[in-house]
Amino acid sequence: MGFPDRIERTMELAHPPATVWAALTTAEGLSAWFGQQAAIDLRPGGTAWMKWDNGHTANMRVERVEEPAVFGFTWHIYGLPDDDPRRTYVEFTLEPAGPGTRLTVVETGFAQLPEEEYRVAYDGNAGGWASELGELASYLDAA
Amino acid sequence: MPADRTPADWTPGIEAVAEQVFAALADPSRRAILAALASAGPATATDLASRLPITRQAIAKHLLLLAEAGLVQAEPGERRRVRYRLRSAPMRVAQQFLAALARDWDGPLDALKEHLGPGGTS
Repeated sequence: MGFPDRIERTMELAHPPATVWAALTTAEGLSAWFGQQAAIDLRPGGTAWMKWDNGHTANMRVERVEEPAVFGFTWHIYGLPDDDPRRTYVEFTLEPAGPGTRLTVVETGFAQLPEEEYRVAYDGNAGGWASELGELASYLDAA
Repeated sequence: MPADRTPADWTPGIEAVAEQVFAALADPSRRAILAALASAGPATATDLASRLPITRQAIAKHLLLLAEAGLVQAEPGERRRVRYRLRSAPMRVAQQFLAALARDWDGPLDALKEHLGPGGTS
């Protein structure tokens, strides 16, 4: 499977889960390391956003809030048109590791494609036009 | 929730679409043809030949390949000429592939680690 659907990172942090949780789930925390400005309504279905000085804004929707262990949200797939409805799901998992925290982030959904769009993208039109194109090729060859 | 939505049966199909886009873009002549269709809209092979430093025979060959890959669509043009239109759907699939590559978690996670500091007394 060469299409990257899932990104996963794990890191050890020398702080307890409660501290890491605050960095991930508060506007103050997020704006200190992720975005340059942030706002968050921390409840499933709540909205959140981050803004960067380059003008980029990430709009998020909070999905899972299980303090201080699991924080999940969805957001728009960066690089796709703004009106594209597809979103990836990001989940942070916090596990106590000695005095610190093992933090895992998993982002999934890059390879999702609604059935309709998949069909449109994949079908091509290899069939019907071949003769037409052959006609064109001979026309050009003759020219 | 998209977390569990990675059906293995259609992922290879998406990959095949992305591969066709990248293969098409790897060739400078095909890149020029696709760029011309993207910037100036549908065109016939003759139109393209007049605009690009590529022979008409080569353009016809590339258009055939691009149409088979579903990246351009042939349609009836004026005076029985076949006109070609860029198909954006495969490009959006390739964009998804690129979006995954462009998603930088390493930078923000390093920043998080730095933000939290060396710890010990938090």
